[in-house]
Amino acid sequence: MSLDLHIKQQFGDFALDVAFTAGAGITALFGRSGAGKTTVINAVAGLLRPEGGHVHLQGETLFDATRGIFVPPAKRQLGYVFQDARLFPHLSVVDNLTFGARYAPSGAAGPDLADVIKLLGLEHVQNRAPNTLSGGEKQRVALGRALLSRPRLLLMDEPLASLDGPRKQEILPYLERLRDGPLGLPILYVSHAVDEVARLADTLVLVQDGRVRADGPLFEVMSDPAAVPLLGVREAGAVIEADVLEHADDGLSTLRISAGQLELPGVQAPVGARVRLRVLAQDVILSLDRPDGLSSVNILPVVIEAVHPGDGPGAAIALRAGNDRLLARVTARAVAELRLKPGLHCHAILKATTVAPGSIGR
Amino acid sequence: MTADAAAWQALGLSLWVAFWATLLAMPLALWVAWLLARVPFRGKWLLNAAVHLPLVLPPVVTGYLLLLSFGRSAPLGRALEAVGLQLAFHWTGAVLAAIVMGFPLMVRAMRLAIEAVDPKLEAAAATLGAPRTHVFARVTLPLIAPGILAGAVMGFAKAMGEFGATITFVANIPGQTQTLPSAIWTALQIPGGESAALFMVALACLVAVAAVVISEALARRVAARIAGA
Repeated sequence: MSLDLHIKQQFGDFALDVAFTAGAGITALFGRSGAGKTTVINAVAGLLRPEGGHVHLQGETLFDATRGIFVPPAKRQLGYVFQDARLFPHLSVVDNLTFGARYAPSGAAGPDLADVIKLLGLEHVQNRAPNTLSGGEKQRVALGRALLSRPRLLLMDEPLASLDGPRKQEILPYLERLRDGPLGLPILYVSHAVDEVARLADTLVLVQDGRVRADGPLFEVMSDPAAVPLLGVREAGAVIEADVLEHADDGLSTLRISAGQLELPGVQAPVGARVRLRVLAQDVILSLDRPDGLSSVNILPVVIEAVHPGDGPGAAIALRAGNDRLLARVTARAVAELRLKPGLHCHAILKATTVAPGSIGR
Repeated sequence: MTADAAAWQALGLSLWVAFWATLLAMPLALWVAWLLARVPFRGKWLLNAAVHLPLVLPPVVTGYLLLLSFGRSAPLGRALEAVGLQLAFHWTGAVLAAIVMGFPLMVRAMRLAIEAVDPKLEAAAATLGAPRTHVFARVTLPLIAPGILAGAVMGFAKAMGEFGATITFVANIPGQTQTLPSAIWTALQIPGGESAALFMVALACLVAVAAVVISEALARRVAARIAGA
């Protein structure tokens, strides 16, 4: 599967000009409100006809401005999960789920109604009316409805943005199941929440002011110092993979990463599982010597790869820890006093509380 | 003929006229309501004004304009009569008068229902693969159905009560063009006719109250349906 797009659209003073390609897995389109994300995803769905550019899916042209090609949304075979669910109020949950099934191409692979109800945990609500459902249930029905139309690509526009914390946690595992499950359905996921992106995405496209500012595999983009201002200094931080080695009685778990071991609280995944850790740049402290007598036990030997001064008093430091890349945020004054520069060996101290339980997945 | 028999005959004709007027006006009213609610075009205000004109014109003026257009000496009236459709001084003319007079009410009810449908739901149906005709049949129509029915009920009730335009256009011929309101008016012109009139007034009130009750119930249903999204 491959999605190749270029969308050009002028809205008054705002010029949108976004181009990227997306492969298998979850491609996250990340940006602040007003960055143009929804315009891009609507153009892919065919709900909007852009002024310029093209959309190619698996070699098929869905839109091409110069050749005058525009395939209407009903013929694109894409699933779309909207932020506001958009369930049909006059139909029951089951009738909503099966709405698009009759339009699915015959012979297309995918789950059937029973599979979807089980996958999304909808057994108890299947005969209810949409207006009696909770926000999380509505989004699960919307997701199931899209899946049963047997899409070639699933589009999701901030599907969790209207949900509170617990409801989000209710949906995220289903999305991970979709990503990792046998369906292998490619997903284009629009979000302005870094934690969702860090947990779900394989590929990350950062959009700002109508332009793509960074684009690549999640682990690379998240550990790129240049991405710090795009993600926000409080949200920026590398994502690394770790294996769960053991859970101790005191609530701490031992995880192995390429540079050593970490001890973290609140790890839900079973022993042997591979999880994602999000290490916020502002929670990484650098020390020239290996420190003694610290309350934190998570100390990793690292090599500085790059030093990026920011606009303010801070600087972003790219680090290599084993095969992984980390990101640290320190003050420009510390860079000068410690003479931090590429190639320097030092130690990164990660507080044990760095990794929030919600940031651990897979 | 007894007074009661005449009353029942007038009620029968009124129901017959109202039935045909409602049936014929519904598709046209739905189309016009759709144009006004959803389709951008130049001169929309003109269509809107034309639809609403019978609400503000004195009914006798509307009836006279119909007579001028469809009378037996008017070109249009002659042309229709040549193909076997006589309107003036005929019950079919009463149907036309009822359509014209009830049209604004029907269009308004349907237009409000269409405007209450979120186009985002139709967009969602399209992304699920539904062609336009299916989107209309499976999403839009079920959501506006109570509004269409409410409009039909209003149109029916208006047709039952129409007097001014009808009597001007098709006169007041017992058994042919004498609707219930015309019959009431006639009874009131005769000394001692009040008791016959009172009976017909009761019938008219009953039909009107039933129409309003049904229409309100349907309007509530459409609101509840669409709010459930």
